[in-house]
Amino acid sequence: MDTCGRTLLAKIWDQHVIAQISDDTDLLHVDRHLLHDLGGSRGLIDLKSRNIPVHNPELTFATPDHAISTAFGRVGTIKTGQELLSALRTETSASGIQLFDIDQPGQGIVHVIGPELGLSLPGCLIVCGDSHTCTHGGLGALAFGIGSSELTHVLATQTIIQRRPKTMRVTFDGRLPFGVTAKDLILALIGHVGAAGGTGYAVEYGGSAIRDMPIEGRLTICNLSVELGAKMGLIAPDEATFAYIRGRPYAPQGETWDRAVTAWRTLQSDSDAEFDREVSIDVGTIIPQITWGTSPEHVLGVDGRIPDPADIADPARRGAIEIALDYMGLKPGAPIAGTPVDWVFIGSCTNSRLSDLRAAAEVARGRKVAPGVRAWVVPGSETVKRDAVAEGLDKIFTEAGFEWREPGCSMCLAANGETVPPGQRSVSTSNRNFIGRQGPRARTHLASPAMAAAAAVSGAIADVRTMER
Amino acid sequence: MAQPFTKLTAIAAPIMRTNVDTDVIISINRMIGNSVRGSLGKWAFGSLRYLPDGSDNPEFILNREPYRAAEILVTGPNFGCGSSREAAVWSLQEMGIRAIIGSGFGDIFFANCFQNGILPVVLDKATIDSLAAEIEASQGAGRLTVDLQEQTVTSPSGARHSFEIDPRRRAGLLEGLDEISLTLRREHEIRAFQASDRGARPWIHFAGQSA
Repeated sequence: MDTCGRTLLAKIWDQHVIAQISDDTDLLHVDRHLLHDLGGSRGLIDLKSRNIPVHNPELTFATPDHAISTAFGRVGTIKTGQELLSALRTETSASGIQLFDIDQPGQGIVHVIGPELGLSLPGCLIVCGDSHTCTHGGLGALAFGIGSSELTHVLATQTIIQRRPKTMRVTFDGRLPFGVTAKDLILALIGHVGAAGGTGYAVEYGGSAIRDMPIEGRLTICNLSVELGAKMGLIAPDEATFAYIRGRPYAPQGETWDRAVTAWRTLQSDSDAEFDREVSIDVGTIIPQITWGTSPEHVLGVDGRIPDPADIADPARRGAIEIALDYMGLKPGAPIAGTPVDWVFIGSCTNSRLSDLRAAAEVARGRKVAPGVRAWVVPGSETVKRDAVAEGLDKIFTEAGFEWREPGCSMCLAANGETVPPGQRSVSTSNRNFIGRQGPRARTHLASPAMAAAAAVSGAIADVRTMER
Repeated sequence: MAQPFTKLTAIAAPIMRTNVDTDVIISINRMIGNSVRGSLGKWAFGSLRYLPDGSDNPEFILNREPYRAAEILVTGPNFGCGSSREAAVWSLQEMGIRAIIGSGFGDIFFANCFQNGILPVVLDKATIDSLAAEIEASQGAGRLTVDLQEQTVTSPSGARHSFEIDPRRRAGLLEGLDEISLTLRREHEIRAFQASDRGARPWIHFAGQSA
């Protein structure tokens, strides 16, 4: 409609339309295609078998993250992981695609390195064969995960066919209470709208809490968009975004930088833009969050009690809670705090950036991991690792009894064989508490980095607000 | 290239859990690697289908007759949420599933279905519940019919339910179209876009250079 303003989504979308395919479906230009070891080489091999060249290798970037070991020296990489790494090296080299290989600056979790290298930019259309590609929306990019077939299509054509999603605006207003982080905001939102609340939508996050939030927190917010069902999440870029990007290795420079920033300043929803759905959250009411079940929507404040199916009238919801509690081995009605834990995982594309590690280290400093708990810290990238070491975070963690590891996805999805053992309970800074996600029969509780560190030193789910200094 | 889908009359199995994610449909350790296609069918729903000792879980519907031969799934809300792994679709396909009927699907899973000739059908939740109830009442004997030409699902008792589908998706399934070949026919349009965009947004096309 010409009578009302345009959304941020519409502005970015329209800039990428090569051709209209049908009423609501367009052929869009892909500005950045990110490949990783799990699915990158398969797409390149598929294309080769069809004798089709990669359309724009210079817009395609690759790194191994999912299937490599995160042990020192990458020892213990599983056989399939080695094969996938080797195939990624061979195929990217043959196609002229830049690979950020292990031990090189630039390697890391694909959604950590994109922003860090300046590859991910405001207004940019980014795809990757990974559902957490929505992370890059934190910079004002239109970024979304795709499947293997679509991945091959992008390699072949540098385009993607997409149906224009509905739009949702989530407004986070207010000041973050003590101990509450970006992770808690987005988990609380998922608890509020449900794991399918954003299905079919692109979600734009705004409000004073977002404007005040550093970029790494915004990446965490957008990262979990897919856990509320939304393939895309985005935040209008602002001066903080430009300051974050400036000077990064692949960011525009000189005169091009000035032109880019001028263009990026137009990337915000007009004041009279209309959204298909609006949700408002007062962040002042949020307390540190922890999940209790097998979907990110199974979430509560750390001072809450585990739901009791007997209190639920709707049989479908009651059944879902019973199944989740049975898998998680939890007692209905009991306080969630105090639940003993076996494992703590600090890492993943959600929460493995420098600010995340600082927050966890702040809790770990001067304390010890509780007896019987194994706690891992897996930095999101080689650069995060080096920066953390430079400021001594690795020492704080190792002195407290945490294991300090090499960058990768690790125990978030356990593709590399790094698993939480069957039946054991983990507090994890990752994004999914699905059945079997961290290993067969592993029990996962999602939380912020500070909450995860609090659980590690307490040996149980604990309220970080009683521990932060 | 996906196999065409036109019309199917088959055994349907209700899997009515909420939020069945793609990790549950196919576990990462079963799908990792470039040569897994063809071996995924037996691992679909592995954590539900098998007991910890590896034997069949007799309570899981796809381990029971006649549902073992199901070609249609009737699913609870938000089926296929989570990871983008297309192996979730491949594993269902390899166990013989050709259509999935539910009240809502994960967006990426939904798109992946069409890429592989699997028809995902969205109907309202009350209809899904009635289909599941009818199937269960017949102990699986009643067949469902999914007709893509007519855009209908017909229950064992003959109740017909119309469904909406993106016309482009419908045509793609009916004809088994190859999307890459179709897009490559627009190569001149892609090149023209890029040529103009290089001037408008050089920072996209010359990453890290002060062009």
